[in-house]
Amino acid sequence: MWSILLNSNTQWVLLSTAILGIAAGTIGSLAYWKRQSLMSDALAHAALPGVIIAFLLFKVKHLFVLITGAAISAVIGAFFIQGIRSSTRIKEDTAMGMILSIFYGFGIMLLTIANRTSGNQSGLNNFILGQSASMVQSDVWTMSLLAILVVSVVVIGFKEWKIYLFDRQFASGLGLPLKGMDVVYTILLVTTIVVGIQAVGVILIAALLIIPAVSARYWTHSFQAMVIISALFGGASGTIGTLISAIGNGWPTGPFIVVLAASFFIISLIFGKEKGILVQYWQMKRHKKQEIIQSIPTSVLKKEVQ
Amino acid sequence: MNEVVLEVKNLTAAYQKNTVLRDVNFQVEAGSLTGIVGPNGAGKSTLIKTMLALHPVLSGEVHFFGSTYKKMKKRIGYVPQRGSVDWDFPTIALDVVMMGLYGQIGWLRRPTKTHQRMAFEALDKMGMADYANRQISQLSGGQQQRVFLARALVQSADIYFMDEPLAGVDAATERAIMKILDELKAAGKTVMVVHHDLQTVADYFDHVLFLNRTVIKHGKTNEVYTEDNIATTYGGSIRLIGGRIGNVVHPVKQ
Amino acid sequence: MTYTAWIILTASLVGLSCGLIGVFLILRKMAMMADAISHTVLLGIVVAFIITQELTGVHMLIGAIIAGLMTALFVQWLNSLDVQQEAAIGIVFTTLFAIGVILIEAFVGNAHLDVQHALMGEITFIPWNRITLPIVGSIPKATAILTLVFFVVLLFIIAFYKEWKITTFDPGLAASVGIPVLFMHYLFMSLVSITTVASFDAVGAIMVVAMLITPAASAYLWTDRLYMMLVISGLFGVASAVIGYFIAAWIDTSISGSMAFATGLIFLASYLLSPKHGLLAKYLKPEETFE
Repeated sequence: MWSILLNSNTQWVLLSTAILGIAAGTIGSLAYWKRQSLMSDALAHAALPGVIIAFLLFKVKHLFVLITGAAISAVIGAFFIQGIRSSTRIKEDTAMGMILSIFYGFGIMLLTIANRTSGNQSGLNNFILGQSASMVQSDVWTMSLLAILVVSVVVIGFKEWKIYLFDRQFASGLGLPLKGMDVVYTILLVTTIVVGIQAVGVILIAALLIIPAVSARYWTHSFQAMVIISALFGGASGTIGTLISAIGNGWPTGPFIVVLAASFFIISLIFGKEKGILVQYWQMKRHKKQEIIQSIPTSVLKKEVQ
Repeated sequence: MNEVVLEVKNLTAAYQKNTVLRDVNFQVEAGSLTGIVGPNGAGKSTLIKTMLALHPVLSGEVHFFGSTYKKMKKRIGYVPQRGSVDWDFPTIALDVVMMGLYGQIGWLRRPTKTHQRMAFEALDKMGMADYANRQISQLSGGQQQRVFLARALVQSADIYFMDEPLAGVDAATERAIMKILDELKAAGKTVMVVHHDLQTVADYFDHVLFLNRTVIKHGKTNEVYTEDNIATTYGGSIRLIGGRIGNVVHPVKQ
Repeated sequence: MTYTAWIILTASLVGLSCGLIGVFLILRKMAMMADAISHTVLLGIVVAFIITQELTGVHMLIGAIIAGLMTALFVQWLNSLDVQQEAAIGIVFTTLFAIGVILIEAFVGNAHLDVQHALMGEITFIPWNRITLPIVGSIPKATAILTLVFFVVLLFIIAFYKEWKITTFDPGLAASVGIPVLFMHYLFMSLVSITTVASFDAVGAIMVVAMLITPAASAYLWTDRLYMMLVISGLFGVASAVIGYFIAAWIDTSISGSMAFATGLIFLASYLLSPKHGLLAKYLKPEETFE
């Protein structure tokens, strides 16, 4: 099994899933604070018809083409979700669920046709559960570049992103172009999603965007640290998950990456320095002790308030 | 001395890691109209929710009419904050009021004409009879508040708790609501209201409860509504405007 | 009954049940929860299969209900640990689904194929898998189960109509008048679970989400009364099933995908044409529409 590691193709794949995980962890942190965690799930499903249409139009399984198709489809989905939410009394979660399932259903319609009319079945099917092992070197280049681009945009404008997330009004007061940043954010999100679909699949990419970010929260209160830790968790999940799935022949990589991420989450949940269960338990014990010491008559407390 | 309808002893409650209420003690007599006031984060909403078993109690006791909340539920009415509900729900004003009767109607039974009539009468009392068939999202803020109040009234409770019923309503609604509260008082009912506006407390309530995580002072308005108590509660000095106590939301630095 | 008729009947039952449940689902703002459950029932089914070695029948239903309840419980638990609602849903369903896929891979066979079957369903096989019942004779198993589920759903909605109404609209008030809000929540999650799994065979997991959410959302644009919303939603569900079938037959493609797509077509029509909330109405008579 270890000989796999020496295979240079595997090394490329591992590198790209690492970068992918890092990008997902990064943008996922932003999505978490924007309270839009499941939007990535909706957009990922909405991307499917775009992939198939791109394939049917250009008759080639060239990753860049498919990714562009996916991106356009996802953006249209995002546009519809916004439109429904703002022009009717239908709430955002309902709109997300609708676009998710309708677009995906449409995608399956097209996929069935595509599988019938062209020979190469497994190629397109891999987009559903992910198959990093089937990536070729040019794919790896494309994906890595895009992922690095995403991370760069976040890093370069870090201070601005921070204010944009935590205090929109203040940000607009500072003159930050909120609408523009909304657009950039959506582009980054969509890019990460469509790039990540190759590795993790449409159904599970949301996991990579949500789980590492939430896990990071248990280790720190600082936003910067959270993004970094989230990126690390994402990268580790991507790499190790791909490695494990390589044990089986033709096993989809998505599920293993997700289970890895979930393991990191559980570890963080229990042992996390800032909010982990164990730490909180100890803190509560100390708090209770203080309470006993502090339960002096409240008439004294009242005087203190003055 | 009137009957004690509500007794709270050593009540302590927490919100996540912070103690929000500590050692809350007070007694409420029948027929009183009490305004609960305090700064933001003082625990006013939490106090009501804790008494009504909507929020866990860390320690202490709450007695309604000498018994527990569970046994006395039917005699207690609650008007929560208006923002707690989704007004896009597909239902009409009359329906909302009838929901107040669901506890009485019981499992597996349909609301009857009698219930409909009771609901309509409650709406009428709040001046909303014409809006009985209106979808609730088409109502103004003040109208929605009145529907909420009608819903509480229809329960024919003996003690009512209201969470900021006058916040953000127009003057006409404010008058209508206070008129109803006065009627309730005249009928011997007890009302406790979390009030957002310190300035109008003396006009509306015969009792005041100053709350800032614990009871600072509780009693008849003409006795306890003093500069001192307000200062202690709100933790700062107050601006006196022409003799009347100005609205204190932010403490003023000396 | 002809082959096609059975398929359309079965799909219509899916549309009906999902349409009814869907109304409360979207009003309770649990659309994404339905999405989550439709994925996690896979795990329930796989575990049930591994234990019982049977792919159909009561075991599947039980496995699904357990999976659905577990999902609700885990999400609730994470929520109580301060994780945002959406994030909690995302963590739980992706993890459980991933575990389900891995289990399939390890114990059952080719993950892609079996997962695809579970996700997409295969309604064309339904008329062949029959059971014999008294009075009606030999009918497809899936149809029988769906009929049962439909009546169960209908029964629960009628019996507890006011309780659903009040716990959806104002849980705080519901609690204060003595209605067990949490119990109703888990009861509802159970109903969603059995509806989901019963619909699996017909339209597959992902498409169930479309059936659960979209007809109800479309109905929401036509009426302001809850009972009307239920009626219209059920009708739209049936319509989507029928229209979807004929589209699939015409283009020769996935039936479940087409049905999901059909729910979208009906929604589009509602969005444009509804006299109360539709786009056309707002354009033509802005005073009479509401926003």
